[in-house]
Amino acid sequence: MISTLRDRVINGVRGLGRIGVLAGEAMSSAATLKVSGRDLLYQAYFIGVKSQSVVLITGAFTGMVLAAQTYFQFHKVKLDSATLAVVSISMCSELGPVLTGLMVAGRVGAAIAAEIGTMRVTEQIDALRTLATHPVDYLVVPRLLAAHIVMPVLAVESIAVGIGAAYLLAVHLLGIEPAYSWDQMVKHTTVGDMGVGLIKSVIFGGIVAIVGCYKGINCREGAEGVGHATTEAVVYSSITILISNFFLTLLLGKIFHTI
Amino acid sequence: MIETRQLRKAFGSNPILDGVDLRIEKGESVVIIGRSGGGKSVLLKHLIGLIQPDSGSVRIAGEDIAGLNERELIRVRRRFGMLFQGAALFDSMNVAANVGFAFRNDKAISPAEVARRVSEALEMVELHGIEKKMPSELSGGMRKRVGLARAIVYRPEIVLYDEPTTGLDPIVSDSIDQLIIRVRERLQVTSIVVTHDMRSARRVGQRVMMLHQKRIHATGTPEEIFNSSDPIVQKFINGISDPKEITF
Repeated sequence: MISTLRDRVINGVRGLGRIGVLAGEAMSSAATLKVSGRDLLYQAYFIGVKSQSVVLITGAFTGMVLAAQTYFQFHKVKLDSATLAVVSISMCSELGPVLTGLMVAGRVGAAIAAEIGTMRVTEQIDALRTLATHPVDYLVVPRLLAAHIVMPVLAVESIAVGIGAAYLLAVHLLGIEPAYSWDQMVKHTTVGDMGVGLIKSVIFGGIVAIVGCYKGINCREGAEGVGHATTEAVVYSSITILISNFFLTLLLGKIFHTI
Repeated sequence: MIETRQLRKAFGSNPILDGVDLRIEKGESVVIIGRSGGGKSVLLKHLIGLIQPDSGSVRIAGEDIAGLNERELIRVRRRFGMLFQGAALFDSMNVAANVGFAFRNDKAISPAEVARRVSEALEMVELHGIEKKMPSELSGGMRKRVGLARAIVYRPEIVLYDEPTTGLDPIVSDSIDQLIIRVRERLQVTSIVVTHDMRSARRVGQRVMMLHQKRIHATGTPEEIFNSSDPIVQKFINGISDPKEITF
């Protein structure tokens, strides 16, 4: 039992190391390689445009439920006007980027792992290599760059829709005074909060793309292997987002003086 | 031109190749035969650097590629074209994009020139007018032909064929054999064919090598191999199983 646990820990650390090596190779390739605009655009469309609905729905309902819960508690101590400020700061620095990251991990991370995993088991990746194309250049770099670019856009959309939905709920259903609440929200939400959210979303985009690509490239043989790779891509990228979010909150909070 | 010395490869504790020595001259057409799971495809993939050996050397035109990394191998692989067992066409691209893939980052060649070369390669494999079709719309034989067109479109010096006739009916298999011969004659390429199709081996090979017990067991012209008195070679050629191996 102890040896099994030890093996799991060793394999986990090895996996992290390999993901780090893949990320390093992709970054160095992205810096020197001229990435095809068409590939980049396609990936941006696939990761960004196709994720719009899921991200917007998540943002809207998270903003509304956060507004409702905050209002119910703050109403008891006559702090109704602080509701939108709490929603705004939470959405900007935490919920917007994290929930966007998790939703994109579920939709895009799984799709990346499944697509690249299928390419691996059907020898398409070997075919790429025989055609003098490095798999990292062709498969990883466009996805990584596209995820880095579109994730902040998705997070901003999610934050905006979340705050907008919270405002509508708070003003029209819960009866909060609109002008003063809005003023409080603008006053308490700093550029630092938005900066933290944007930086987090760029990093989460990279996590989703790299973990998905890694799981696809290292997929085991057969349909079962592709299934495992897909599941693991979602689970590992989601866990990595949640864990890294904690450390990013502490680090970026110090840098932007938000904590 | 292509040479392996004491090539060894194991997957985990399972040795696949154990001291393979072979030499293939420029322009030669060599067929590697052997039992399924005997390491033929693994040997072929070593020649193009898709698999790295545990020990031994793989020399391409005098250069040992065994220690090269993936980026260094790109230069070596430009000499090769490879037809995979399942054709390995990129299923998200149409036939034209598949065949012209090697030129996608080549700014020296205009799109019109790429289209002309794609059309020429498809003509050579007797497929024309299918540029817009997707791989899922093609039959097994057509996929192999498109795979061959993709492998030869940039005029490589060496073409590797991994089980080119497996899974095809005798008529289509015969047409693939004809294509292999035509490609060799028209493009003057070195051909290395891995197969356990004896009819195909006799037709396309100028020299036949038999991989047995993880090593090259026999080598010779098709006549020498097919008339060999070696019992192992004869049993394989005639498809005679060992009764001890039949377990139900």
